[in-house]
Amino acid sequence: MVTITSIISLLQASLPEQGGELLNAVDWARAQFALTAIYHWLFVPLTLGLGLIMSIMETKYYRTGSEFWRRTTQFWQRLFGINFAMGIATGIILEFEFGTNWSNYSWFVGDIFGAPLAVEGIVAFFMESTFVAVMYFGWDKVSKGFHLASTWLTWIGATISAWWILVANSWMQYPVGCEFNPDTMRNEMTSFFDVALSPFAIDKFCHTVISSWIIGAVFVAAVSAWYLLKKREAERELALKSLRIGAIVGLIASIGAAITGDESAYKVAEVQPMKLAAMEALYNGGTDQSLTALAWVNPFKQPNYAEEEEAPLRIAIPNGLSILATRSLHGFVPGVNDILKGYTREDGTVELSAREKMTRGLLAIAALQNYRRDAADEKAFLAGEAPDLNFKERKEQQLAILKDNIQYLGYGFIKDEAELVPFIPINFWAFRIMVGLGTLFILYFAFLIFLQWRKKEVASMKWLLWLSIILLPCAYICSESGWLVAEFGRQPWTIQDMLPVNASVSDISSSAVATTFWLFLILFTTMLAVEISIMLKQIKKGEPFPVTSQEGE
Amino acid sequence: MSYSFLQHYWCFVVALLGAILVFLLFVQGANSVAGSLGYTQEGRRLVYNSTGRKWEFTFTTLVTFGGAFFASYPLFYSTSFGGAYWLWMIILFTFVVQAVSYEFQNKIGNFLGPKTFQFCLTLNGILGPLLLGGAVATFFEGSNFIVEKENLINGASLTPVISHWANASHGLDALLNPWVLVFGFAVVFLARTLGILYVMNNVDDEDIRSRGSVRLLGAAVPFVILFVAYLVHLLLKDGFAYDPATGVIFMEPLKYLHNLLDMWYLAVLLLIGVVLVLYGIGKTIISKNYIGGIWPAGIGTVLTVLALLLCSAWNNTAYYPSTADLQSSLTMQNSCSSEFTLRTMFYVSLLVPFVLAYIVYAWRAIDAKKITKEEIEKAEHVY
Repeated sequence: MVTITSIISLLQASLPEQGGELLNAVDWARAQFALTAIYHWLFVPLTLGLGLIMSIMETKYYRTGSEFWRRTTQFWQRLFGINFAMGIATGIILEFEFGTNWSNYSWFVGDIFGAPLAVEGIVAFFMESTFVAVMYFGWDKVSKGFHLASTWLTWIGATISAWWILVANSWMQYPVGCEFNPDTMRNEMTSFFDVALSPFAIDKFCHTVISSWIIGAVFVAAVSAWYLLKKREAERELALKSLRIGAIVGLIASIGAAITGDESAYKVAEVQPMKLAAMEALYNGGTDQSLTALAWVNPFKQPNYAEEEEAPLRIAIPNGLSILATRSLHGFVPGVNDILKGYTREDGTVELSAREKMTRGLLAIAALQNYRRDAADEKAFLAGEAPDLNFKERKEQQLAILKDNIQYLGYGFIKDEAELVPFIPINFWAFRIMVGLGTLFILYFAFLIFLQWRKKEVASMKWLLWLSIILLPCAYICSESGWLVAEFGRQPWTIQDMLPVNASVSDISSSAVATTFWLFLILFTTMLAVEISIMLKQIKKGEPFPVTSQEGE
Repeated sequence: MSYSFLQHYWCFVVALLGAILVFLLFVQGANSVAGSLGYTQEGRRLVYNSTGRKWEFTFTTLVTFGGAFFASYPLFYSTSFGGAYWLWMIILFTFVVQAVSYEFQNKIGNFLGPKTFQFCLTLNGILGPLLLGGAVATFFEGSNFIVEKENLINGASLTPVISHWANASHGLDALLNPWVLVFGFAVVFLARTLGILYVMNNVDDEDIRSRGSVRLLGAAVPFVILFVAYLVHLLLKDGFAYDPATGVIFMEPLKYLHNLLDMWYLAVLLLIGVVLVLYGIGKTIISKNYIGGIWPAGIGTVLTVLALLLCSAWNNTAYYPSTADLQSSLTMQNSCSSEFTLRTMFYVSLLVPFVLAYIVYAWRAIDAKKITKEEIEKAEHVY
């Protein structure tokens, strides 16, 4: 797991000088949100992944009536329950932090952003919390069918919840279905379906949820491998059969994650080219771009992208990036400097330089100021308190300027074009860790299935069992790395090109946010330590079956 | 459906969620008296296992309440959460520790010991209702904030933040207002009353039921005194009124009394609610065999809180008044989402009856048999 202190140091390194202050209120707010999100994401993917696997197991119990599958399901549900509680505890903070730490954001786009959160509560949370209670307490109280349905509905509820949260997050990456209203000073929704069914959201949902199944599969494999390594005969059948289900789910998930990940990268290239340039440490773009397999990018220092031609010691796959980003061997991919200086897209669209966008952003802000001043004067005129100075026409003139420049409004809050470049090292390395480990999982699960197909004795392959255990923290690192790319790559924007972080925060002192940051860090870390301790004890306790009379399928 | 109808409708939905949340605070209330109600270790475990099967409903309702408020009244979300930072953070903190306490307390491997998590449940059981109640009281008493939308585009401002708390306490100042505390403690004792009624109904244990009748008196009496005191204060106090023609907010003497008279149906709702709560409490104390008090008291709580919350917002009232700058006060009209969003969310809200139906069905299925000591010993999942 990426440690919190390294996150803070990376966050510090990723920011321009703050006038001598170590971290300002914006940075603390970011750090607090990152802390909560990183902790929350330790538990959610296991809920989604293990939820699927235990639902499959209970289906086997429902179909066969076998006591073995009933107890195996109950064993995994016990571990699921310990993890689930932590997911709930850390999740509530995230929702409310939008208000507590990002209050400007909450008003500026609350008209759009609040809707998915409300739908999530109404549609998904109640489903999850209702049926998880039946799942826990309903054994022997409700029918087998109702219990099975409850287990599946718990998982479906969690997945629907993920859908709406990822819709909300995708909207921050690619804001669609909205329009700025100068009278209310906020963005307002114009199409719910554009928001809820944005292609970016669909890709993100598929990639995130499918990749979460990998964590469930690796978790099941790791626990099963431990029983086999310890030669726990009482759990041997549970381990072997769980390993089989885990391997199938894991292979489907890891291949699925690769396919959806490729599609996600394509979408990023289209709507967040700066993020892609940071992921690739691509300073100067062009046609026929190669995909960097490895290069030396100092993990703690923003590279001198303006001066350097490319990252040193670079090993690359010819034309790989052009194919990934444009689906063409010779496609043009812009680098950091191209985006800052302005470039022309393949379809002929001219992307303005950063400086031009910042100028237009200031124009939009000035027009908005004038419009609102004229509107206030007009109100005074209508109340008979001021003379008419042709406000209607003046407002229309300002509206026209605003309309021409509204898409750059957010750039008006940017002081220096260097702010527009996300911290390249974290994007570059996190992307490589994610892709590298993702590839490893495909090979691992394919090998596991191959062994089972050839009826090889997995239990006697110690190195494979150890590998299964070692891969568990790797799965978490892989999953968290994906989020680091998604979120660090969007900087400095809270909403891509619309609202930067420095215009999104609440008016809370940095010391107050720092205090809550440390409180939550201590709290979450303590809770995590207890959770891991309980989980390990539960695993150690196991689910002992009579060694001589094991029931099978 | 007009914009005004949608504003009123969403105010109703949020108020209803808030009212249901207050009812579901019986989980917190029961946890706050688990020690004396359960008395023995075994008895306490029965209480925790009883509330442990419902705590997720309270939690989910709180989250949905937040989500619905965000979607329908984003300026409230922005102003209150971003301003009363400490108040909300303490509330969240207590709910976070509560969320893991059930699952962790009696598990092997819990190196902090069960008492740590039982303390967390008690802490949440007292602070949760107290601070949530205090937050609701600010709907009538006012809060110290200023909203200035021009800040976003005013280059001269230090930070482009549209809402500011007018003092450095960030919400804790509300607790200096005695009436906020009166209402907050009324909610604490209400939650405790409901918690005792719920456990008496849900747990099949003679000791707990007989102790419950006695403890009920100790919770219900302070609740009734504090609630009546606040109600009288509310009906007599000046309220924050809103002129729909000009958008100007002004102080109106006896505003909330006027609201109840103008909206007689809310007064009726309030009256029925109060009578039902008192009936639930009274009958449980008087009748030895009556254990269904949670139902009339619970329904009464929902009706009462619903009437009070609607009284704070409907009939041209500023529901989140500012004592720092009257014109910054939030009304349904100046703080709500666009008509398009409210209409879209209206269609989503039609799913609520379906959600309620499956909750009731599932709840009945697992509650058909009351919890006993024997079940706790044998059950697959216990706390």
